[in-house]
Amino acid sequence: MKPQTEADLAEIIAGATAPLHVQGGGTRPVGGPVTGELLETGGISGIDLYEPGALTLVAKAGTPVSEVEKVLAAEGQRLPFEPMDHRVLLGTSGEPTVGGMAAANVSGPRRIQAGACRDFMLGVRFVDGMGRVLKNGGRVMKNVTGYDLVKLMAGSYGTLGVMTEVSFKVLPEPETGATVLVSGLDDARAVEAMSAALGSPFDVSGAAHLPKGPEGTPVTMIRIEGFEKSVAYRSGELKTRLSTFGDVAVETDAGKIAALWKGLRDVESFADRPGDVWRLSVKPSDAPALGAALGAEELIYDWGGGLIWALAEPGRDLRTAMGGIAGHATLIRAAAETRKSIPVFQPEPAPVAALTQGVRAKFDPRGILNPGLMG
Amino acid sequence: MEMPTPNASVVAKKPELVKRLQEVLPADAVIHEEAETRAYECDALTAYRCPPLAAVLPANTEEVSAVLKICHDMGVPVVPRGAGTSLAGGSLPTADSVILGVSRMNDVLETDYENRFIRVQTGRTNLSVTGAVEENDFFYAPDPSSQLACAIAGNVGMNSGGAHCLKYGVTTNNLMGVKMVLMDGTVVELGGEHLDAGGLDLLGVVCGSEGQLGVVTEATLRILHKPEGARPVLIAFDSNEVAGQCVSDIIKAGVLPVAIEFMDRPVIRASEAFAGAGYPDCESLLIIEVEGSEGEIAEQLDKILTIARSHNPVELRESTNADESARIWLGRKSAFGAMGQINDYMCLDGTIPVNQLPYVLRRIGEMSQQYGLGVGNVFHAGDGNMHPLILFDANKPGDLELCERFGADILKLCVEVGGCLTGEHGVGIEKRDLMVDQFDPDDLDIQMAVKDVFDPQWLLNPAKVFPLAASEIRRIAAE
Repeated sequence: MKPQTEADLAEIIAGATAPLHVQGGGTRPVGGPVTGELLETGGISGIDLYEPGALTLVAKAGTPVSEVEKVLAAEGQRLPFEPMDHRVLLGTSGEPTVGGMAAANVSGPRRIQAGACRDFMLGVRFVDGMGRVLKNGGRVMKNVTGYDLVKLMAGSYGTLGVMTEVSFKVLPEPETGATVLVSGLDDARAVEAMSAALGSPFDVSGAAHLPKGPEGTPVTMIRIEGFEKSVAYRSGELKTRLSTFGDVAVETDAGKIAALWKGLRDVESFADRPGDVWRLSVKPSDAPALGAALGAEELIYDWGGGLIWALAEPGRDLRTAMGGIAGHATLIRAAAETRKSIPVFQPEPAPVAALTQGVRAKFDPRGILNPGLMG
Repeated sequence: MEMPTPNASVVAKKPELVKRLQEVLPADAVIHEEAETRAYECDALTAYRCPPLAAVLPANTEEVSAVLKICHDMGVPVVPRGAGTSLAGGSLPTADSVILGVSRMNDVLETDYENRFIRVQTGRTNLSVTGAVEENDFFYAPDPSSQLACAIAGNVGMNSGGAHCLKYGVTTNNLMGVKMVLMDGTVVELGGEHLDAGGLDLLGVVCGSEGQLGVVTEATLRILHKPEGARPVLIAFDSNEVAGQCVSDIIKAGVLPVAIEFMDRPVIRASEAFAGAGYPDCESLLIIEVEGSEGEIAEQLDKILTIARSHNPVELRESTNADESARIWLGRKSAFGAMGQINDYMCLDGTIPVNQLPYVLRRIGEMSQQYGLGVGNVFHAGDGNMHPLILFDANKPGDLELCERFGADILKLCVEVGGCLTGEHGVGIEKRDLMVDQFDPDDLDIQMAVKDVFDPQWLLNPAKVFPLAASEIRRIAAE
């Protein structure tokens, strides 16, 4: 089923008698396997409002992310949270949609500075599990009117409702950028270097460590963006500060910088390689020890160390290696069998799980929206 | 403002309640004498007052849990209170409620510069969070104007903003985790020292839930290194339209100032008379601040001034030193006090899409004539969060009611042009009955359904956020 309007979607859900498998463009099949009739939102598409002077864009949920990015780029603006494109890593095709991006709270390397997708979502319209058309938030940047269900909808993977429209805060595209590259660091030193950069006044917009960089040796990347003189100044300062860690170079070629960060954003180096892919969010200083304990084939550290991407042998639950380390792990890529036997999302402590289940039962009392996807 | 009728059977249980509370708290942490409970009869919305049954001042999460268990057990409503600075009546008691004040819980539990967070008890004031990390040149970004007094508990409850949120975001964007006690005494932790939720983003809905889902006792907050410097520029215009256009053009040009403050003529005149900052007598005035190193500041100001000049400003004042910067900010920082010198005032905080600014200011001016009450506007222009200050005389019979009707009309106008009732103060009781102007019944129902999950008996912070008529069925069912 592929409704073309919000009203049609509401009618379908209200009249549904069996589970529905809700998806946007189908490019991010993350989660437990869902059995249900396919309900696609791609037909509910189009940009409703874009005001560059107000940094606001409102789009229907089925709008391709690429269309939004194109419209923003024409005005020198962008989605600041740098949403990952999962197609390379997951081997999917089709068009990522605004609704899918919001439902999975998809962010990229700039999350460490600018915030996550959820931080830039100003409002949503959605249809709940009873077929009611609901709205929350709005299209203005500051809004504390009533409970913030926008955050709740972000990252709910269609289990609370099917989004039909999302409003975003957008930001100007910077004039230029530079990336400071430190080579040869082990994971622990790399996290220290990234902490030094992120704890500086130089407004770092990306900090990642590749134990196996493009040359097969470790590279730590620190990104600076902004106006030309400012970028030159800040990258210079960082180069000086980070030279105590190892060999430092500054990359200023726009094409090379874009390719580096896009490769990281989309976890390109794990694509077409066998194995499960895990995504772990932890306190950065916990990352090196955890990384070592995971016993993974290869690791990538983003968000200053706070985000670990791990390529691991199929079917092994990496959460057992977390021990007492706080955080959460998500099994992003694995065979359906594995996603049935190992929870895709981090199991919650009992009182929190009770709240989660309670909320889901209110939004989708019949349990028909993506059942099993989030456990 | 209508409040629910106090539950007589709860009021009758006061002696037993006090006795049980005294069993779990030190004697001086249970306030129950009528003369003393009066200290908690209102917050910064002083027009409404009601002493609670009792007030408790627990010192840690365990004591909060013990108090909530007792109240849950006895069916006693609980009103959580930070520092009592809410302008929306967010912690107004009911006569059958216990005030749970977090003011004794103000310790810093952990500071971690490597991972850039601080964990505090929520009774700590906003400014003293920055105070705790300042010696290492770090700061906590959200800066509500009451930051000297307001507590993190209230900031989390209301999802507070501030002047600098165009760049740094509001509380929810800087809150990494909380420890929270549910009404039945269960302690839960949401989020933590890592980023983003592993499942549903419950932290996201707790922030801004006005103390109706749980009592937040500890918060993990993101801290940032201070910028190397900051400098404001003052730009004066002879029309609100042009000032609004200038703001829009600056944003479109890719400059993201850390603050863009807007003042209109009534506020400029009042603050000039009060503080004498030397502001020009003009229709509207912008104060724009940028951050960075000297070179970076110059680069950004250069772009801003070029745009400003293209709009023919009446005056354009740059700062060359700290003194001049302080003078540029002086009038803005004394604006509220200056208006208070003229008369009593009511401060609203609706948000509008920034391109609606000229229209909304014009309509507010017209309404001011109709109602015969003066109004001044001072607000965060970059994000459209307005702060109309309506002047009235609290001693004149009927003036408060007139002012409230005027205020309601302004907020309805904000909603009408695509904005909202409140940008950073919260709904509380003040805007409770206007919620139907922004939301349809189903929109409110799904919000209340979240409260059903966290607080099935509807005991936490009663009579706030939702119109009484909308919540009536739930409240009756819960009794």
